[in-house]
Amino acid sequence: MRRLKVFKRLVIDSLDVITHGSKKYHLWMALLTLIMLIGMYCYSIQIEQGLSVTGMTDRVSWGLYISNFTFLVGVAAAAVMLVMPTYVLKDIDFKQAVLIGEGLAVAALIMCLAFVVADMGGPSVLWHMIPGIGVFNFPNSMLTWDVIVLNGYLFLNITIPFYILFRHYQGKKSKKSVYVPGAILSVFWAVAIHLVTAFLYQGLQARPFWNNALLGPRFLASAFAAGPALIIIVLAIIRTYTAFKIEDKTLKKIAMVVTVAAQINLIMLISELFKEFYAPTHHSESAYYLFFGLEGKTALLPWIWTAISMNVLATIILTFHKLRNNFKVLFFACFLLFVAIWIEKGFGLIVPGFIPGPYGKIAEYTPTGIEIGVTIGIWAMGAFVFTILARTAIKIETGELRYKKDK
Amino acid sequence: MSSTNKKWFSLNLNSKHKQGSSSCGCGKTSGGCNSHKEPNTELSEEEFFDAAVDASIGEERHKDGFDQVFDVKMSRRSAFKKLTASLLIGAGAVNTSCSFLAGDESKEKAQIDWEEQFKGNYKLMNNDEKKATVDRLVRSYQLRTGKTISMSSTNAEDDVLFGYAFNISKCQGYMDCVNACVEENNQDRNSQMQYIRIHEMEDGKGFNFNEADDNYYHEVPAEGHFYMGTQCFHCDNPPCVDVCPVQATWREDDGLVVIDYDWCVGCRYCMAACPYDGRRFNWSKPEVPESEINKNQHYLGNRLRKKGVMEKCTFCVQRSRAGKNPACVEACPTGARIFGNLLDPNSTIRWVLENKKVFRLKEDLGTEPKFWYFMD
Repeated sequence: MRRLKVFKRLVIDSLDVITHGSKKYHLWMALLTLIMLIGMYCYSIQIEQGLSVTGMTDRVSWGLYISNFTFLVGVAAAAVMLVMPTYVLKDIDFKQAVLIGEGLAVAALIMCLAFVVADMGGPSVLWHMIPGIGVFNFPNSMLTWDVIVLNGYLFLNITIPFYILFRHYQGKKSKKSVYVPGAILSVFWAVAIHLVTAFLYQGLQARPFWNNALLGPRFLASAFAAGPALIIIVLAIIRTYTAFKIEDKTLKKIAMVVTVAAQINLIMLISELFKEFYAPTHHSESAYYLFFGLEGKTALLPWIWTAISMNVLATIILTFHKLRNNFKVLFFACFLLFVAIWIEKGFGLIVPGFIPGPYGKIAEYTPTGIEIGVTIGIWAMGAFVFTILARTAIKIETGELRYKKDK
Repeated sequence: MSSTNKKWFSLNLNSKHKQGSSSCGCGKTSGGCNSHKEPNTELSEEEFFDAAVDASIGEERHKDGFDQVFDVKMSRRSAFKKLTASLLIGAGAVNTSCSFLAGDESKEKAQIDWEEQFKGNYKLMNNDEKKATVDRLVRSYQLRTGKTISMSSTNAEDDVLFGYAFNISKCQGYMDCVNACVEENNQDRNSQMQYIRIHEMEDGKGFNFNEADDNYYHEVPAEGHFYMGTQCFHCDNPPCVDVCPVQATWREDDGLVVIDYDWCVGCRYCMAACPYDGRRFNWSKPEVPESEINKNQHYLGNRLRKKGVMEKCTFCVQRSRAGKNPACVEACPTGARIFGNLLDPNSTIRWVLENKKVFRLKEDLGTEPKFWYFMD
């Protein structure tokens, strides 16, 4: 009973926190709301007229939605890079960052689920996928595995920080015996969500561009570069605008993680390129389309070459200690890396899988305005969710938000 | 059907253990296809039916949420009856309370819509349930348009396995098959959806799909070209079936790979998984002019689809299970298309497989298509 009371108080207090703030904060939230509303309007058109309002066709049947979904799974998985040292290796100065990381994971997962739902042809019959009520094709379909691991990961990433914050809210210390097992589990789980998502594509013998053994490991490497890079940027913003203290040491440590992951990612990229272009086969055509274009169809060229150059540049910057330890340069490199991997693991991965088609047909894909509107709307929703979570967490962690018994 | 008594040849690549381990031709867990009939055991008709029902749904029982809600001890049929009854009461109550002026017809319409929205997966239905949903769909169409369609829910027959052969030497690219297919199967006219693609290839370049044209608008046969048709190959080891998260697509016992349009959630994973470009998606609401609708329909075949679901060639299940050839075979003016029962040693298709040098596309993928190509 007491706990329920405290919980009720927490909800009321956090509602108070998220609805009050500086002018800048209100402006930020209003902007996000506006974008979300535009996204919802676009989605309502899509519901009304069907997926024909998107750029997808029978030839390229997955597009921007699934691309963003794939990328965001990586971002969500990256929270683990902070969880591991903090909870398991007892590295104290990660502790503050980890709450932010897990908040980011929750926001990313909600975006993932939103993108999948946006991509569905029949969202009204999605209950067919709920185990027990519908028919869950487990373990045959990798998509059902993905549903399980994503929702499980979402659960872990909500409960662990919630437990910690709930204790701190009452002015108590959180018990290690409670959250450490969960944290250790989430470490493995994070690897699982990304590997399973890679297997979604990797297991299709119909698409040689995806059907390669390096896809899973490369997903992991790029995720552990892009995710923490985003966390660095977010932490930098938070420590500029709030009272939340994040030490330089923490940022530098995360930067180290980003660097190693980016280097491994680059090595794997070279290995992939070598395999596709040293002795090109019929199966290398998708890679040819991606990097050089086929039969004059070159829609992805500017994107992928931007991504590759940003990726290489960022990795070089990060590799040199002097550059990496200069925060301005570090933030710039992280931004480059994040955008590069968004392109590369997003439509740079999904779209070429369909081009050329099973019988060599080359039909290009360009997202429509409505598709882009929905996509941006979902990103705004992610930012909105994250802002709410982070704001409450920061207030509790800095001690401004505490349970008052007398009230 | 185990791999040992298979009556048609296969490369034995990687799929055999899957089918061999199960006593059912569909290669799924026992009962996945409602087809377990044992002709040799001597059972009374009733016992046999009960056993068959039990065998066919025994394992799937736990997968159906309806059975979880009602006690598991209850037989599936009685559970379904009760469920339907409660749904009727619920729908009726909602209906009457919401619409005091509505006529009986609109009430019935709403009731049908309600039941259709919350019905189960066709694959897991028993014959009564199949008939119930077909009746609802026919009635719904009648209420909406005042016209009567006939819809079948015929199951796969024993000792039938459909196969298809395509004579590359004979095809002249007339595309009569494509037109017949569109008319027969009620495909969306707006998006010009076609299950069959005819690839026009240049002589002397072999089977070069990359340079082939599958969208030509000129007089055929064009000088120096030959033609090759593709469609769903009804693989024996279909990758599209494995990936479906809700089992909305499956391989029937007679080898047809079918879709329950009402169960499909529209994720298009099967489309990505198909190496043969065999699947189509309804990107918008499919439209067929009322006068052109083929009213002879099958639940798994050419009944009218809705927006946001997958569809594909079913070897015209409404025709093939009635003993007729698919529309494409019948329409072909050159006799390039041959269809028949692979388990019947006297069928034309068997003769072709035994006497011609046949091949299949992308055999290295282990999908085991039941669609062969040959030349005179």
